[in-house]
Amino acid sequence: MNFTINEHSYEAELDNRTSLLDLLRNHLGFTGTKKGCDQGACGACTVLVDGERINSCLALAVQYQGRAITTIEGVGTAGEMHALQRAFVEHDGFQCGYCTPGQICSAIGMADEIKRGVPSAVTEHVAAHNIDFSNEEIRERMSGNLCRCGAYNGIVEAVRETFAEELAS
Amino acid sequence: MSIIMDVMKTAVRLAPGSWLPGGTPDPLMNKHGLIGKPASRIDGPLKVQGKARFAAEVSLPGLVYASLLYSTIARGRIATLETAEAEAAPGVALVMTYRNAPRMAPPPLMMSAPKAAGASGLPIMQDAEIRWNGQPVALVLAQTQEQADHAVSLIRVTYAVAPAVTSFDAAKAKARTPENILGEPSSIEIGDAEKALKDAAFKVDLIYRTPRHNHNAIELHAATVAWNGDQLTVHDATQMVNGTAWTLAQVFGVKEEQVRVLSPYVGGGFGGKGLGDHQILAIAASRLSGRPVRILLSREGVYRVVGGRTTTEQRVALGAKPDGTLAALIHTGVAATPTRNVCPEQFSFPARHLYAANAIKVAQQVTDMDMLANIFMRAPGESVGTYALECAIDELAEAMQLDPIELRRRIEPEKDPTSGTPFSSRHLVEAYRHGAERFGWDRRDPTPRSRREGEWLIGMGCATATYPYYRMPGGAARIRLTADGRAIVQMASHEMGMGTATVQAQHAAERLGLEYEKVSFEYGDTSLPSGTLAGGSSQTASIAAAIIAVSEVLTKELLKLAGNDSPLAGLKPDEVEARDGGLCHVDEPGRFESYVSILKRAHRDELVCEAEAPQPFEMWKYSMHSYGAQFCEVRVNAVTGEIRVSRFLGSFDCGRILNAKTATSQFKGGIIMGLGLALSEETLFDERSGRIMNPSLAEYHVPVHMDVPAIEVIWTDIPDPHSPLGAHGIGEIGITGVGAAVANAVYNATGKRIRELPITLDKLL
Ligand code: FES
Ligand code: FES
Repeated sequence: MNFTINEHSYEAELDNRTSLLDLLRNHLGFTGTKKGCDQGACGACTVLVDGERINSCLALAVQYQGRAITTIEGVGTAGEMHALQRAFVEHDGFQCGYCTPGQICSAIGMADEIKRGVPSAVTEHVAAHNIDFSNEEIRERMSGNLCRCGAYNGIVEAVRETFAEELAS
Repeated sequence: MSIIMDVMKTAVRLAPGSWLPGGTPDPLMNKHGLIGKPASRIDGPLKVQGKARFAAEVSLPGLVYASLLYSTIARGRIATLETAEAEAAPGVALVMTYRNAPRMAPPPLMMSAPKAAGASGLPIMQDAEIRWNGQPVALVLAQTQEQADHAVSLIRVTYAVAPAVTSFDAAKAKARTPENILGEPSSIEIGDAEKALKDAAFKVDLIYRTPRHNHNAIELHAATVAWNGDQLTVHDATQMVNGTAWTLAQVFGVKEEQVRVLSPYVGGGFGGKGLGDHQILAIAASRLSGRPVRILLSREGVYRVVGGRTTTEQRVALGAKPDGTLAALIHTGVAATPTRNVCPEQFSFPARHLYAANAIKVAQQVTDMDMLANIFMRAPGESVGTYALECAIDELAEAMQLDPIELRRRIEPEKDPTSGTPFSSRHLVEAYRHGAERFGWDRRDPTPRSRREGEWLIGMGCATATYPYYRMPGGAARIRLTADGRAIVQMASHEMGMGTATVQAQHAAERLGLEYEKVSFEYGDTSLPSGTLAGGSSQTASIAAAIIAVSEVLTKELLKLAGNDSPLAGLKPDEVEARDGGLCHVDEPGRFESYVSILKRAHRDELVCEAEAPQPFEMWKYSMHSYGAQFCEVRVNAVTGEIRVSRFLGSFDCGRILNAKTATSQFKGGIIMGLGLALSEETLFDERSGRIMNPSLAEYHVPVHMDVPAIEVIWTDIPDPHSPLGAHGIGEIGITGVGAAVANAVYNATGKRIRELPITLDKLL
């Protein structure tokens, strides 16, 4: 089977039960993507597929051939970290760092959702074109990414700082 | 406690302070340079890029994957066990049960020896006996995780069930008083507290209940292990590398030096990442199969084999005199434990040190239940003990029509109320004052239900946070000072998110007078000098004491090396100080020589020194604790009972703060776990079967982004003159007092006292 990960192509021989998460971690060595529950409850395994965030533990690898998969290793460039990664360091948006790759991938996907006008449970007008990039929107939309170290404040600050300008409506 | 220990303790208490470590305050404790700076984490870039390698991410040639099968009964024996189908399944390399598992000694129980790390001391997969619901009964190794998990599903087990004690109520009826509670007396009585209570002008006498909790670090417990002859390598996720290595050596009958444990990154510990059955079983299977093994527990697996915080029932009774001082303070109760366990949930500890009272009674009991052994979880005891005690204080204040902060001011003790020893550093009243000002406590109306916005009732509450200062004996540090003027500091310690390497690099740079960039701190590997465990908020002080010891040795060695041609010639260690990358005379800054120059003249590539930290006698001489004042504002929906925490502030008194950025995160992390304890967290234990019913992150509710407001954290920053750097560990104090601050705020909002955690909306309807 053939997969496109971080713009490179990879071959793997796979059990059809293998999740996208296990493909990444156990078969291809992309261990930046984390496993915290393997059942869709923690968000540690979040990756981007064609720009949208998904829980890779709930995805069967076989279904993702030919899709553009981005993992934490593909965020930023070899020489330079993504602005959000730098902001996470600056605002201490983590302690142990285990939920962090998932938080970062999730936030990138989330910012794009806001840009596209996808409403959330706290969006006042469901049909609004410009969604307010408020802390409440960030917190609501990031609630699928658990952080047991409790770095939530720092994460919200980092996300806000990184995308505020871009998303100023 | 042994008589020898008692005698030693008394001797230390009588000894002049200056004889002890910390007798002369650490000169760095007031220095404002690198210490205290909000430096970003040294390992930050690795973590945000997914490059930090955790235990389950080490790849080894020929690696096989493990999967476990867990018992479904609490007590009895395995009657039949069919493994043939699993053995024949594709990819399977081994099926291990008690029938073929290698003979292993039970892991020595924690505290039975300095490095013992066993949680229960029970034998592991050595017989057909079942001792708790969830005990591993079989392990499968296969080429892939999918194959191993599938093969496990093919194993058939039947049990001969024996009667089990799985009801806390039943066990409580036969509760017993243990010999001691973590080395402290199980009960203390000063005066006749029950009589004083009866005669008191104001009194409360209340029962509080707290449930089981699980740590739920997001990283699942994992180990990647390999044998090479009798040499064992364990890539582990652990808070105790040395304890793990020593204990594994006892279990497998090899020498401690033959076991190497590496654990550079731990994805959250909170007390839960110690030595469990899973590492031992993986190592046994590796020995049996001759293959390197990776074990990564499922989330359910973590609940089955790694214990957590246990359930408690506590009585707090307070009797006050008309002047607002305490006549009686009583804190007693029971914690659910299995027979063999070292984690008694020391909820009575705060009441031993917090408040002055004429008569005091504290007593703790344990039970004999058939359940998984409890493991320490963030502020074991203190977290749930402060919930009961600090709610009761709030209730007493109300009965006396006194502001709860004013009540606490009136019962502030001058010396430790139960041991009689002086406090090393205690500024709780100050922490309350700063916190109250900053939080706007004066805006609180003491009458419940007096503030409302639409459907939302708004209330404020506060509570005291407290956690002991601990420094563990036995750690050693090494410094390698290189000819280019760099220092590598090494000690087998741990990083689970506390910022260990960052803070100790700041410390060592300041201590050695080097630039921060020229110092690195290496840890997480038993091939380094032996460290102490990361637990009891002790690691920072333990490492700091070892670094102080080795830097003293280094100074001596440097002076020797400098010899007669140096401007430092003839100077004694106490006449010099480290500065600008070298040593100089304390009073004549001109008499200076750099490390580079000293080493160069001596034709040395490096100077390596090692030293052990002195015994932590300061803990015996003084009553050493951290303190805090927690402030909470809640909004409770009058229609649905939904509770939202709208504001939270923690004001701490924890000695000198070493890194403002990482400290803020640690305090906030503790507070957030405290919000979970207050409002949503509960491990559901089926009292009929002894089975945990919600072993998943979907059914056990940890706080998520939406539950957490912007939290404010402030501190006194007053150094403790008796601790290294004037600092205290701060990993646990954040969670203490939070349950009570929330409960007291809920009362102020709604007029309802909830005396059983968690405070869920059904309890308010
Ligand atoms: S590992 Fe995928 S959501 Fe937890
Ligand atoms: S940083 Fe540890 S779980 Fe988020």
